[in-house]
Amino acid sequence: MNSIIFTAGARLLVALVFVFSLFMLLRGHHLPGGGFIGGLLGAVAFIIYSLACGPEETRRALRVSPEGIAVIGLGIALLAGLVSFFMGDPFFTGQWYWVGGDSYETAAFSINSVLVFDIGVYLVVLGGILSLTFAFEEET
Amino acid sequence: MSWVLVLPIAVPFATAVFAYLARNTPAGRWISLAGSVLSLIASAALMVAVLREGVIAAQMSNWDAPFGITLVSDYLSAVMVVITAITGLATAIYALGEIPEETERLGFYALFQVLIAGVTGAFLTGDLFNLYVWFEVMLIASFSLLVIGGGKDRLDAGIKYVALNLVSTLVFLSGIGLLYGVTGTLNMADLRGAVAAADNQGLITVIAMMFMVGFGVKAAVFPLFFWLPASYHTPYFAISAVFAGLLTKVGVYALMRMFTLVFVGDVGFTHEILIWVSLLTMFTGVIGAAAQMDFRKILSFHIISQIGYMTLGLALYTPLALMGGVFYLVHHIIVKANLFFVAGLAKQYAGSTDLNRIGGLYKSAPLLAALFIIPAFSLAGFPPLSGFWAKYLIVKAAIELNMWFVTFVSLLVGLLTIYSMTKIWGYAFWKPHPEGYDPTPDRAPPRVTAAMITPIAGLAAMTIIIGFFPEPFVQFAQTAAMQLLEPTDYVTTVLGVQP
Repeated sequence: MNSIIFTAGARLLVALVFVFSLFMLLRGHHLPGGGFIGGLLGAVAFIIYSLACGPEETRRALRVSPEGIAVIGLGIALLAGLVSFFMGDPFFTGQWYWVGGDSYETAAFSINSVLVFDIGVYLVVLGGILSLTFAFEEET
Repeated sequence: MSWVLVLPIAVPFATAVFAYLARNTPAGRWISLAGSVLSLIASAALMVAVLREGVIAAQMSNWDAPFGITLVSDYLSAVMVVITAITGLATAIYALGEIPEETERLGFYALFQVLIAGVTGAFLTGDLFNLYVWFEVMLIASFSLLVIGGGKDRLDAGIKYVALNLVSTLVFLSGIGLLYGVTGTLNMADLRGAVAAADNQGLITVIAMMFMVGFGVKAAVFPLFFWLPASYHTPYFAISAVFAGLLTKVGVYALMRMFTLVFVGDVGFTHEILIWVSLLTMFTGVIGAAAQMDFRKILSFHIISQIGYMTLGLALYTPLALMGGVFYLVHHIIVKANLFFVAGLAKQYAGSTDLNRIGGLYKSAPLLAALFIIPAFSLAGFPPLSGFWAKYLIVKAAIELNMWFVTFVSLLVGLLTIYSMTKIWGYAFWKPHPEGYDPTPDRAPPRVTAAMITPIAGLAAMTIIIGFFPEPFVQFAQTAAMQLLEPTDYVTTVLGVQP
């Protein structure tokens, strides 16, 4: 697509959508959002970019192949599940470390395995969707 | 305890990650092989735990049933997981010989391991929606494996496969939605009570039929089997062996689970339909096979006819019949995967799978001929091979119910199976090669032959062992059948387990 309006607009849109996708990922545990929806939005950002600048340019922007991103995400998600193994809990039990308090109400923020899992999901969805769209775009 | 249930699923996933990262180096295939060995060890540990405890369950993420996702294993699940791991290992070895390097670089082993993880997950889950997720995992992985390596045939097969399977998952998903609307739960153990207590039993029967259609497409029963012979003859032999062995069996397993655990309110109606579906499946499958002249297409149609026996075991719904069904399930996975392996090696030697264009294998590769005879005659139900016991149990159950027509069809289909097997034997092995040259093992490099013949010999040995020492296996199947018919243990373990 060779529209200068679209190409110029895409620059703004891509950044906005991508930042929004990260926002959705991070607010996921206590409010609507999370890895899956964040990953979809992230994929949308890159799809807009590839519509504006072509899939080749997008692959360069991604640096890692989309399949690679998906597989690494799968590994991260698995690792998040494995953390509970060392704590003696069933698989995927969330592990929480509260900073500056001892619960959601009192703590300033938390470090937890749930977010790690969500990041894994984010990458799986992002990589999966992008590898599909690239396959469609590059064939023609 | 919970880790015994998680590892058979987690190990293939982890293997997939590492195998993908190492896909450009020879290490990738060895990682896949090592992962398959680890999976087998993990599933053996599961089997030991199940043998000791009867039924084991674990709540993922520490959310109690019926709210969280439950993994649960009774005898049937455990044996299916073990047999999946065995088939996976056999395929991982076979693939060393068959899969070309370009395909490996596309991530073949990662996809294969994800497929195994999906199948294992479907056998272990105790949650209906989770079952749907595993079906999707399997579908995505199997579609990719079907078209990997390219070619028009494969794409054509892949599209038919994916289109029909999507319809099936859609029906399945609608069924799940309706069931959740009626009962408010999706935990299978919880559903047993909730479905029995539901006000609108008519709607429950409708939902049961939706599940029957959804799983029926997966299991390739009459009249929903079209996708199977349209797709199983195109991919790599290692892949079609895994598909033939495992994928349809997931559908049968899901039918067995749902129609013994949940939908038992109107057995006279639902299981009566299943009887007729099974008989038609058996018969059309075997007749379809008789018309084919391609090694793999004949075998594909035989999958369909054999699926009929398994669902018949469920449909007759007596302890003996279900026991036969479980026994049949296990026996068939081993035998059918093995026959596809043999077809692959026969192609290496003779150059094709079209029966008109090959021949002379008996003379040039007597070992392969001997190894073909074992699964082929086991499939047809020759004593004393494993298939004989499987058919014997089903037929005996039918006789005990005085269902003479069912008995007649079962025996007739067995007879027609022999016809197809002797056809393959006659054309591929006995007849001289039409182009006049002897197909020789020299056509395949020694590394290829070694990798391919090892799993064939191993699975054939298992067929013989089951055939000559059926006692422990029959007893195991009996316990599995009792657990299916009397699932109080299953229900209390899932709902009452202390995390």
